[in-house]
Amino acid sequence: MFKKLGIIAVSALTLSAGIALGAPGGGKVKDVDFSFEGPFGTFDQNQLQRGLKVYTEVCAACHGLKYVPLRTLADEGGPQFTEDEVRAYAAEMYEVFDAELDDFRPAKPSDNFPGSNLAGAPDLSVMAKARAGFYGPYGTGMAQLFKGMGGAEYISAILTGYTGKEKEEAGAVIYENVAFTGGWIAMAPPLSDGQVDFDDGSDNSVKYMAEDVSAFLMWTAEPKLMARKKAGLTAVIILTLLSVLLYLTNKRIWAPIKGKKTS
Amino acid sequence: MSGIPHDHYEPKTRGEKWLHSRLPIVGLLYDTLMIPTPKNLNWMWIWGIVLAFCLVLQIVTGVVLAMHYTPQIDLAFASVEHIMRNVNGGQFIRYLHMNGASLFFFAVYLHIFRGLYYGSYKAPREITWIVGMLIYLMMMGTAFMGYVLPWGQMSFWGATVITGLFGAIPFIGESIQTWLLGGPAVDNATLNRFFSLHYLLPFVIAALVAVHIWAFHTTGNNNPTGVEVRRDSKAEAEKDTVPFWPYFVIKDLFALAVILIVFFAIVGFMPNYLGHPDNYIEANPLVTPANIVPEWYFLPFYAILRAFTSDVWVVMFASWITGGIIDAKFFGVLAMFGAIAVLALVPWLDTSRVRSGKYRPMFKWWFWLLAIDFVVLTWAGAQPAEPPYSTISLIGSAYWFAYFLIILPILGVIEKPLAQPDTIEADFNAHYPKAETPAE
Repeated sequence: MFKKLGIIAVSALTLSAGIALGAPGGGKVKDVDFSFEGPFGTFDQNQLQRGLKVYTEVCAACHGLKYVPLRTLADEGGPQFTEDEVRAYAAEMYEVFDAELDDFRPAKPSDNFPGSNLAGAPDLSVMAKARAGFYGPYGTGMAQLFKGMGGAEYISAILTGYTGKEKEEAGAVIYENVAFTGGWIAMAPPLSDGQVDFDDGSDNSVKYMAEDVSAFLMWTAEPKLMARKKAGLTAVIILTLLSVLLYLTNKRIWAPIKGKKTS
Repeated sequence: MSGIPHDHYEPKTRGEKWLHSRLPIVGLLYDTLMIPTPKNLNWMWIWGIVLAFCLVLQIVTGVVLAMHYTPQIDLAFASVEHIMRNVNGGQFIRYLHMNGASLFFFAVYLHIFRGLYYGSYKAPREITWIVGMLIYLMMMGTAFMGYVLPWGQMSFWGATVITGLFGAIPFIGESIQTWLLGGPAVDNATLNRFFSLHYLLPFVIAALVAVHIWAFHTTGNNNPTGVEVRRDSKAEAEKDTVPFWPYFVIKDLFALAVILIVFFAIVGFMPNYLGHPDNYIEANPLVTPANIVPEWYFLPFYAILRAFTSDVWVVMFASWITGGIIDAKFFGVLAMFGAIAVLALVPWLDTSRVRSGKYRPMFKWWFWLLAIDFVVLTWAGAQPAEPPYSTISLIGSAYWFAYFLIILPILGVIEKPLAQPDTIEADFNAHYPKAETPAE
């Protein structure tokens, strides 16, 4: 009884969870082996720093990160800039409207990143959680158990999914993109090889810039990811220990009832 | 207190006697904890503890979340991000709360199906069953309203679709819907009342849980054989039972710990697996998501809701006979609530005198088919409302109703049950041949 119902229940849960994500015919999303995946995955600090650079020089022209406080760039488990670096970055890059001054002033670490500049450009703060990359196999969503939700992969797939074709529709140019639902996207191809120069001399071809900025956006969506996994692991270890102790206690107290010897 | 005879609390010291004569609370706790429990309960009897844990978890995490959440449509989504980024431990507490709802429903479904298999709903435990069903309904209401609070796309559109169900009621439906929403559409007034009720209902559930426990402490637990505990004397009762503390408390806690390993692994390593990505997009009344799906635990009933389209003959018949008052939409709503109603009425639909499914050779097959049906409906509920999914949903829904309204009443009459053990003690000793009735 227990086993059968248990199996049915667990399979129902895993199945339905994946399916519940809905399977609107998304485009092709390739799995990327990101460092933050899996129970022990961690962010690659250098990658996040490169990703911020791509974001600042490219994405920020239109998109925003309105929920992300600038100070968190210095937080543990993130890009981990020094506080001075964050202060300099904020002041240099962004201006925010200050209601008290009734005027714009350079941003401070206590401010958030600005929102989107372009009406049609969505905010990217939690974009990596607002898209799923994987729905398969057969729409069951179980791939997510092994590959992760695929939000970062989705972003990277969009950035690298352009075919070069474009057409005009309703007076606007749209671009063919194999990763985008419907195949045509309003965003012009944002990246080109060598567009952003990395201080550490990392590969700046489109593929790697796309991965770097996707990793960065995963961090903006889930800034406490590393702390969460660590807490989860601690909980699992402690509960495993507790289970063993309770198992032994249970066995012992039931032994006389079941007519078994206690050792 | 009636029920199985057992030792009661005797105040010994002067202080205890003083308190006991004024408020017998220690005695109440003692009787509750020391209740004689059938010693042959199997591992399917652990879900009650898991559910109690879930309720406490949801209330504790929920109270903390409410300290940082803002129920206002322009601020709600941002306040959740505030919890995720700025509140100490906020992200973990929120993920516990989010996934806690899933654990709650996972456990309640297994708890319900355990009751269905072992006939726990049968006399004299109908009240326990009915109160349980009320708890389940309250849980659904609470979970639904809680899902609206983050004010994501699925929050908004889920609320729109579900409150729209009430709009399908003929004549008065639209007024009811407006009354529920506090306006013509899901808006700030809706968010505010949902927040208020989402905070209130868990405490109503807690009170109902107390009644649920009170009811089955009066009748005694059911058990895998369905054979009642002998209760002519304390000595006889003790052959069939052991006290809840420590035997079942420790057993249940062990099971809970194992379940929590999985739960914390999900919260720690993939907290969004059970959620919908669209709910990380702020609600936008102008953009409808491609496929509006509720949380996984509502999917079976969502499938039933959508199964009855206007080309199904029952729907056409109902529409014809009522002169069009019952249309496909209203029929779907009736079917969805009916699906829960037949579940609640099962104590009076099952005609078999044998309680446990273990001794019902035909019943078993139908029961497992129902369990599979439930899974299929869950799956179908997440698919788009088009063939072949709509046909599968329809077959699944038909079986759901057939099980309760046709199969259970007939089975009780035609089925030849297997021999049941005379006593719980006999069943227990068959498992553990070396077991002897414990001497005092």
